Amino acid sequence: MSKTITIDGKTIPFEDGQTIMQAATAADVYIPHLCHHPDYTPHGSCKLCTVKVNGRNCSACTFPAAEGQDVLNNIKELTDDRQKITQMLFVEGNHFCPSCEKTGNCQLQAVAYHLNMLDDHFPLFYPHRNVDASHPDLMIDHNRCIFCTLCVRASREHDDKDVFALSGRGINKHLIVNSISGLLKDTDMDMHDHAAHICPTGAILIKRTGYQVPIGERIYDHQEIDAVSLATEQQHGE
Amino acid sequence: MANKIRVATTSLAGCFGCHMSFLDLDERLLQLAELVEFDRSPITDIEHCTNCDIGLIEGGVCNSENVHTLREFRKNCKILVAVGACAINGGLPAMRNFIPLEECLSEAYLDGIGVENPQIPSDIELPLLLDKVRPIHEVVKIDYYLPGCPPSADVFWKFLTDLLEGREPELDYGLVHYD
Repeated sequence: MSKTITIDGKTIPFEDGQTIMQAATAADVYIPHLCHHPDYTPHGSCKLCTVKVNGRNCSACTFPAAEGQDVLNNIKELTDDRQKITQMLFVEGNHFCPSCEKTGNCQLQAVAYHLNMLDDHFPLFYPHRNVDASHPDLMIDHNRCIFCTLCVRASREHDDKDVFALSGRGINKHLIVNSISGLLKDTDMDMHDHAAHICPTGAILIKRTGYQVPIGERIYDHQEIDAVSLATEQQHGE
Repeated sequence: MANKIRVATTSLAGCFGCHMSFLDLDERLLQLAELVEFDRSPITDIEHCTNCDIGLIEGGVCNSENVHTLREFRKNCKILVAVGACAINGGLPAMRNFIPLEECLSEAYLDGIGVENPQIPSDIELPLLLDKVRPIHEVVKIDYYLPGCPPSADVFWKFLTDLLEGREPELDYGLVHYD
């Protein structure tokens, strides 16, 4: 008999060592997330994957599945929390979708659509953040960075480089690159690196590719992120 | 029909794109006209709104006149709706928030390429600019939000028909776009 947990009453099998997120994904259950990617060490920072495990809130991407857990995922309380978290991500950065070339392919936007987020709720910060367009093939728009660290992890764990890190705490947190000048052009970053393609928002972009697919025909224009995420992430993983 | 629903609309720091999208209702405007009448709106040229059921606000708040207009709408509309990206988060006009106002004015009226007779406009009739463009929910209470740049005519239609038929307005996935 394989071990099982329940998610919203549905019995889900798992193997020892799997997180709740991994067990859920394998069983076709979508748990909203932004900082999680099946190829990389979970980080547990965006908190969108917060689920209730035996009554306690836990991050599904880091929490190990264990026999008999009763997990709540798709309930109003958590959906409301996730919407508020997403609204906070929007107001803490500068996310002007109509002027962003990632629109329609952006996971932050897609999660917001999925949660039926119609407004930002909170007052906007309008933080002053820079754009680093120094690299010949890549650019970083810090306005759109949500500090998920996927680029940090992809660079270290896959590309065998160490291009990115987070610096500062709280509202002063920001993405830094590993060069004396602080510019991306002076790192060993290459446009073929995984780290160049992993950004869930429009913070790291490949130059000269932004409008190859017209707005209106992009990934999330017609497909919800739950289906897209499950289909792609079931092919990854252990 | 004696008791038509009264709708007012305005564009604050917007581009009238949301109003143009509203006009994309095309022949559905005739159906709508059976049920609603327009109060203050660019469509009617009525200057002030009075006792309206629904107020549709396009654009964020960038100057003192926008604030007065928005407050007039809030005071006179039972239901106030933020229409489009700029009303909801400031939108593209809010991208000036990262540049000091003085620099914006200098670039536009003093130092910009091709400027003749450079001077900062200061006529007393001109509303004063705010230091930052703000979304309208930071100034008054907003009841509903229609995202999009612009929201499509279908969004207006779904929202207004839901309201007119007594349902809580809902926008499903295909109607929610921020771009």
